[in-house]
Amino acid sequence: MTTMISKSSKCSRIMSRKALDYDQINENVKKAQYAVRGELYLRASELQKEGKKIIFTNVGNPHALGQKPLTFPRQVVALCQAPFLLDDPNVGLIFPADAIAKAKQYLSYTSGGLGAYSDSRGLPGIRKEVAEFIGRRDGYPSDPELIYLTDGASKGVMQILQTVIRGNGDGILVPVPQYPLYSAAISLFGGSLVPYYLEETANWGLDINNLRQSVAEARFKGITVRAMVIINPGNPTGQCLSIDNLKEILRFCYQENLVLLGDEVYQQNVYQDERPFISSRKVLLDMGPPISKELQLVSFHTVSKGFLGECGQRGGYFEMTNIPPESVDEIYKVASISLSPNVPGQIFMGCMVSPPQPGDISYEQFLRESKGILESLRKRAHMMTDGFNSCKNVVCNFTEGAMYSFPQIKLPPKAMEAAKQAGKVPDVYYCLKLLEATGISTVPGSGFGQKEGVFHLRTTILPAEEDMPAIMDSFKKFNDAFMDQYEDQRGYSRM
Amino acid sequence: MRKFVAHRLKSLITSNPPHHQLSSSSTYYYTSRLARFLSSIASDPSSMASDQSTPPVTAASLNPKVLKCEYAVRGEIVSLAQKLQQDLQANPGSHPFEEIIYCNIGNPQSLGQQPITFFREVLALCDHPSILDRSETQGLFSADSIERAWQILDQIPGRATGAYSHSQGVKGLRDTIAAGIEARDGFPADPNDIFLTDGASPAVHMMMQLLIRSENDGIFCPIPQYPLYSASIALHGGTLVPYYLDEATGWGLEISELKKQLEAARQKGITVRALVVINPGNPTGQVLAEENQRDIVEFCKKEGLVLLADEVYQENIYVPEKQFHSFKKVARSMGYGDKDIPLVSFQSVSKGYYGECGKRGGYMEVTGFSPEVREQIYKVASVNLCSNISGQVLASLVMSPPKVGDESYESYSAEKDGILQSLARRAKTLEDALNSLEGVTCNKAEGAMYLFPRIILPNKAIKEAESLKKAPDAFYATRLLNATGIVVVPGSGFGQVPGTWHFRCTILPQEDKIPAIVSQLTEFHKKFMDEFRD
Repeated sequence: MTTMISKSSKCSRIMSRKALDYDQINENVKKAQYAVRGELYLRASELQKEGKKIIFTNVGNPHALGQKPLTFPRQVVALCQAPFLLDDPNVGLIFPADAIAKAKQYLSYTSGGLGAYSDSRGLPGIRKEVAEFIGRRDGYPSDPELIYLTDGASKGVMQILQTVIRGNGDGILVPVPQYPLYSAAISLFGGSLVPYYLEETANWGLDINNLRQSVAEARFKGITVRAMVIINPGNPTGQCLSIDNLKEILRFCYQENLVLLGDEVYQQNVYQDERPFISSRKVLLDMGPPISKELQLVSFHTVSKGFLGECGQRGGYFEMTNIPPESVDEIYKVASISLSPNVPGQIFMGCMVSPPQPGDISYEQFLRESKGILESLRKRAHMMTDGFNSCKNVVCNFTEGAMYSFPQIKLPPKAMEAAKQAGKVPDVYYCLKLLEATGISTVPGSGFGQKEGVFHLRTTILPAEEDMPAIMDSFKKFNDAFMDQYEDQRGYSRM
Repeated sequence: MRKFVAHRLKSLITSNPPHHQLSSSSTYYYTSRLARFLSSIASDPSSMASDQSTPPVTAASLNPKVLKCEYAVRGEIVSLAQKLQQDLQANPGSHPFEEIIYCNIGNPQSLGQQPITFFREVLALCDHPSILDRSETQGLFSADSIERAWQILDQIPGRATGAYSHSQGVKGLRDTIAAGIEARDGFPADPNDIFLTDGASPAVHMMMQLLIRSENDGIFCPIPQYPLYSASIALHGGTLVPYYLDEATGWGLEISELKKQLEAARQKGITVRALVVINPGNPTGQVLAEENQRDIVEFCKKEGLVLLADEVYQENIYVPEKQFHSFKKVARSMGYGDKDIPLVSFQSVSKGYYGECGKRGGYMEVTGFSPEVREQIYKVASVNLCSNISGQVLASLVMSPPKVGDESYESYSAEKDGILQSLARRAKTLEDALNSLEGVTCNKAEGAMYLFPRIILPNKAIKEAESLKKAPDAFYATRLLNATGIVVVPGSGFGQVPGTWHFRCTILPQEDKIPAIVSQLTEFHKKFMDEFRD
């Protein structure tokens, strides 16, 4: 008996000793790529440790670049964290009455303050406030039961993709360039990414014919295209979609039987007045039946962007439109496995969707702070685009919205050759050189997808306004020298 | 090495061969696809709308792994409880009880447990650092909480608590946690091994995602188990390989059982990749003896299994004869170093005496993995950017609470001891009450937050349940809820030896409520038995 056991366990030892060798882990995990925190970021962190000053423009992380949090939401959350302060007669010395009232209101939404799991979909009171916000924004009422709060929008996107993707025969239409959350999540869940290219020369416009072609090609390969992702305003491309374009997209999804996933996390970040943000949901409902009653839509929002910029809190929500109740139940079940989204993040969401109103003590300050941030971002968007366009071999569309600039870098053949020799993708090579020379940490365009042979980089527009001229100068200096170095035969690079 | 993404996208598609299904629907599938393809190249777009078939997101067309997974802690019984609660609000007196008592979930603060003041002071100050400089603040907050908040803010780059952190968590906070682990275990801990997560659950998901390649990969789980594991394994498409805890020996974990089940799984062609141990046990409440832990470590080492140690209840021990030992400490004390055994330890801010569930703070300490594998874990963590900062700060606080001599030490330890002692008393009272019921036996809750009594249900009750298409223990739990407002989770949600029935009940209702719960439960059980006794 004992010999049998030891013999069999010896065999199995040989079989399974490599349980966690690199070649033994989930292939979908290995396939996933997430460039925003990839090679460039790691190198930048190393340089920072060595004492070099690094300007992190790789992640849309405003507070890391000095943006101050809005005072009112922080006061409310601090009071919810320390509810014993609410009973202290001196609390009024450092907290305004409306923050105290709001904290009490939010605590009354919970069953045990910030320390208790909430409903897996989020606190009903906050979901109601979100529904009211959506109702005001779109002019159509929204149902709190179809709003799920999440730990940031990324978690929501992953929950929905996990629900939709059954296997590698299922495809998700994703814009290219895209925010790599989508490619990474699709890889992790074992689905197929079906790219549709945004048209750089048309200001990153979305061409329906392109879409049709992408879907046709995917179907020809046997892929069932199930969903379409749009990012509006665009990340990394910064464009704002027009109503007409949104209508076309919705009609397309309807015809092709796709669920539309609307990433609308940058809805407050708009820097021009011709195309204000308009939600996919509003456009859909404006279109009337049958499409408004049938098209399946999930839209995402977050506390990480906009004027709040509270990335570290991980607060977000998604809203479902025309999703059948049985599917909503399944999504609820998956949410329940994670118990609940973090409650402080939910409070931030509440403060975002129901901010102080005229007449409230904190109203003036809230308005001043939030307007100040958005106005400054608008200025920075211009400074950055203009700065890039003044550089040799760089062209850049204006950042109409979101937080990024995505200039095209026309690399001379010699630079590409040098990159090849260094074993790097050309834009990675360029970005690494930029980092070493200037401390500016960007993300190479290849992390987002781009047309073959065309190279970009993504920067955020988040460095402080007063630092912007110096950053753009140092970028220009580096770029123009780089271009000169690899461009000794005049005119050759324009090919 | 980075590749062109455009190229990668292309290869993603081309490397996925057409999805030929052999099911009866495949013909339909193919023809409808063809029709759609043709329609998609048709010139008149208005004709396409008529080709509308089932919308993309119907329950029938969802990811089957999603459909398959179950999570009983928030299942049917809880939905019923929520409905009853609404009834009570709308029509007080509409049920034979005044309130719903949620004993289904380890959510202490929702049942009135108070947070540790010091932790909350620090969190509030970190959330609103602009008051740190103000003299009034000293009147409202303890001096050491102000000092700690400064320390923590200094550990966060730019003092920006509103910024995404490193995807593993703020480095300075990981330093603190590593120091806390070191103090606990007496063996070194490396901050680079620590991944801070939104509660322990996402960390468990991450490891399952990493380990499970297909349904041929198995994960060893105790039965009864916390359904996070079964759900997560189902979601990631793996196979749960059960090992049964022995109820008769206080939910003992026998190595012979592990060996037997490992052999059985391998015969079925399953590659067992990891062993989950929950210590202290959920739902079973046992605390493993160090000797037993050594055997488990040895077993994993020998069989090449990753040891996934769920140690979230490490502070919840209620009997003087048992102590918590981390698996890492046990492995190191056996002389096994980082190279010898892959080991992941999960910790959470939701349990212990702190019970801060809503914060979603937690970490995993990952040791014994190659750098390439570690990089993959980091990558997966980075897709979600980072865990919430408030939860990260709290995780550092629970691993580094006030020390003797600190201004808050006395109030802190009074709060902590008060909570733990009260939990121990509640565990004992409920255990005794359960054991006094006809046909009910209940092992001691040595640790964690749950009791998991076995109920011998009369045949008549089992038949009645069957006629209602319910598991007998779910039938019992539903009747209990309808009669008393007490919410428990049927044992079938956790797994149990076939033919035995249990339920899980937390020990978390506040002490003043316990006598009423005991009498309601006793009365209900008696009536139930009177109705169904064979």
